[in-house]
Amino acid sequence: MNFDELFGHLGQHTVDGLSKGAIYALVALGYTLVYGVLKLINFAHSEVFMVGTFAVVGTWSLLGATNDPGLGMMIVFLLAGLVGGALASGATAVAVERIAYKRLREMNAPPLIFLITAIGLSLVLSESFGLWQGRLIVGMPAVLPQSTAFTIGDTKVSNTQLVIVISALVMMAALDQFINRTRYGRGVRAVAQNPDTAALMGVNKDRVIMLIFLLGGLLAGAAALLYCLRYGNTRFNVGFLLGLKAFTAAVLGGIGNLRGALLGGLLLGVVEVYAATLTTSNWEDVAAFVVLVVVLLFRPTGLLGESLGRARA
Amino acid sequence: MSTDVRGFFAGVGERWRGLPKWQRMSGFAAFIAVLYYLPLLGIPGLMWLRTDSIEGGNNWAGVLFTCAIYVLIAIGLNVVIGLAGLLDLGYVGFFALGAYSVALFGSTQSPVVKALQEKFDLSQEWAVAWAICIPIALAITMISGVILGWPTLRLRGDYLAIVTLGFGEIIRIVIRNGKEWSGGPSGVAAIPGPQGPPAPDNKIFGLLDIKPWYWLALSIVLVVVFLVRRLENSRVGRAWLAVREDEDAAAVMGVYPFKFKLWAFAIGAALGGLSGFLYASRGGFIEPNQFNAQLSILFVAMVVVGGSGNMAGVALGAFLLAYLPERFRDFAEWRFLVFGLALVIVMLLRPQGLIPSRRRARELKDRQEEVAPHVAANRT
Repeated sequence: MNFDELFGHLGQHTVDGLSKGAIYALVALGYTLVYGVLKLINFAHSEVFMVGTFAVVGTWSLLGATNDPGLGMMIVFLLAGLVGGALASGATAVAVERIAYKRLREMNAPPLIFLITAIGLSLVLSESFGLWQGRLIVGMPAVLPQSTAFTIGDTKVSNTQLVIVISALVMMAALDQFINRTRYGRGVRAVAQNPDTAALMGVNKDRVIMLIFLLGGLLAGAAALLYCLRYGNTRFNVGFLLGLKAFTAAVLGGIGNLRGALLGGLLLGVVEVYAATLTTSNWEDVAAFVVLVVVLLFRPTGLLGESLGRARA
Repeated sequence: MSTDVRGFFAGVGERWRGLPKWQRMSGFAAFIAVLYYLPLLGIPGLMWLRTDSIEGGNNWAGVLFTCAIYVLIAIGLNVVIGLAGLLDLGYVGFFALGAYSVALFGSTQSPVVKALQEKFDLSQEWAVAWAICIPIALAITMISGVILGWPTLRLRGDYLAIVTLGFGEIIRIVIRNGKEWSGGPSGVAAIPGPQGPPAPDNKIFGLLDIKPWYWLALSIVLVVVFLVRRLENSRVGRAWLAVREDEDAAAVMGVYPFKFKLWAFAIGAALGGLSGFLYASRGGFIEPNQFNAQLSILFVAMVVVGGSGNMAGVALGAFLLAYLPERFRDFAEWRFLVFGLALVIVMLLRPQGLIPSRRRARELKDRQEEVAPHVAANRT
């Protein structure tokens, strides 16, 4: 147990953890939205994220992105990557809903059937990218080269970490406002609370379901861009473990609860980095799951409880 | 699937159940005889079934052995998913524990055996005998099933799924990291079979001829099928059914759900461990990365595609998912894509599985009818 290292550089490890967790949190929102409304685990969401990372790579190579392109072009590339990733992921998420879930919903199939269909669809998605893009790691230009943005004490915060955490927080706040303040958001909450009553009050259930898949997909696309900035590569099976972690994060915070997903994601990222520091990086996945089990034992509905349906989410 | 095809299949089931008992029994006996004959398959018109009939195909008996192992897993997982209605996504953890029990106690090269040799001053060739490893494997997996189930079975279904998925990963990572006692990422070799450690003079259970292994696995599968069948129709089986259909109602009627769920978990775990045990002793070598989470998902898919709750169904599902990728090796690159597509299509067209349990199919239909008025209302 390497406590000296952890407490000696606590700030540094926390910043690393937060930037890792912010990506988890954005993907976790997709799980949470779908779970909050439909009460089902959208297992294919991890592949929605994977499609996003490839869309970012594709957009960049289409625009001819290079390493360190200068400030003006950098902003163009980042925005283009965001749009490309978000659109591709959003479209994939909606397609998943149409193809895999719509028919099953009409049959009122038990959750297990949804899960297997989603597993099948994730295989289809990741394998088609494996066949199309090859099974090796796909690199990409470092559009946003790493440099230290500022230091507090001996904690260095890099520019990527800053971009990741801030943009994740902004998107999260925007989603929160969207769900809580707008007409569409009210529809989402109504369906989450009671689908039948919502339908009687004139909410179009199918459209709400489309909307949540679209929102989840858009956020996964944004997370894909941030992932590309942080790690600088992707792979056809990148979604699996990340999706698993993001789902863990959603459960940790209280699935169905937007702010819970944020808290769960950040917490999970920090826990993983701490655990990796204390022992070796071999143990970080174990730490993540152990924390999940312990939290669920004492708070079976997650840290913040499940509440997309409540009047104030 | 059109309605007459469906009607035809339903008709076959009805006719079969309508036959006198002796005819059904002789039908079963003939089927079992065919199963034992399979590795020798040499009927001219049926040679294309063999996996070694294609170029680069695997040993036919070896594939059959894998199928038998998978069927055993499917039957064990069916106790958890199909009978008790608990979604376990970490079943590979028990499979791994079973495999590692025989590896760590039975192999002369395992760190555990070496430590025991040193402690009790035993010879270099000493290791726990293969037959004694069976109860050890069963005990370890059963206890680990209880340890996993005790805290998690109180959770709701979806949480259970994610926690078990995590459990499967934890087992794999702990084994991979525990270099001192588990051999770590390099795995354990020289795992014994019924005739002791792998050696060229093993006449029956050797490394080259896999037919005896298949017959051994098949016999174990048949015994397990018989036992689980008895269990299904016992008090415990009825309790599982009651808990699955309505936990609260079952509790009111005096069935303590937690207890029976724990039993299902422990029995399922033991069966998973047994198949892991067979897998390890046939292969002679295991390493932690053979037990990844994708395998768990494959196991769940076998049960659900085959028809959860029905033993013939899950056995068929396991057989197909183990056999088809081997037979169609020509499409090696494409087979997982096709596998995923097949999962989606089967689930969309036949959510109850290929050979559904009659009771589960009825439950599904009830759900469909429950929702029917709303669907109608939405459409108008």
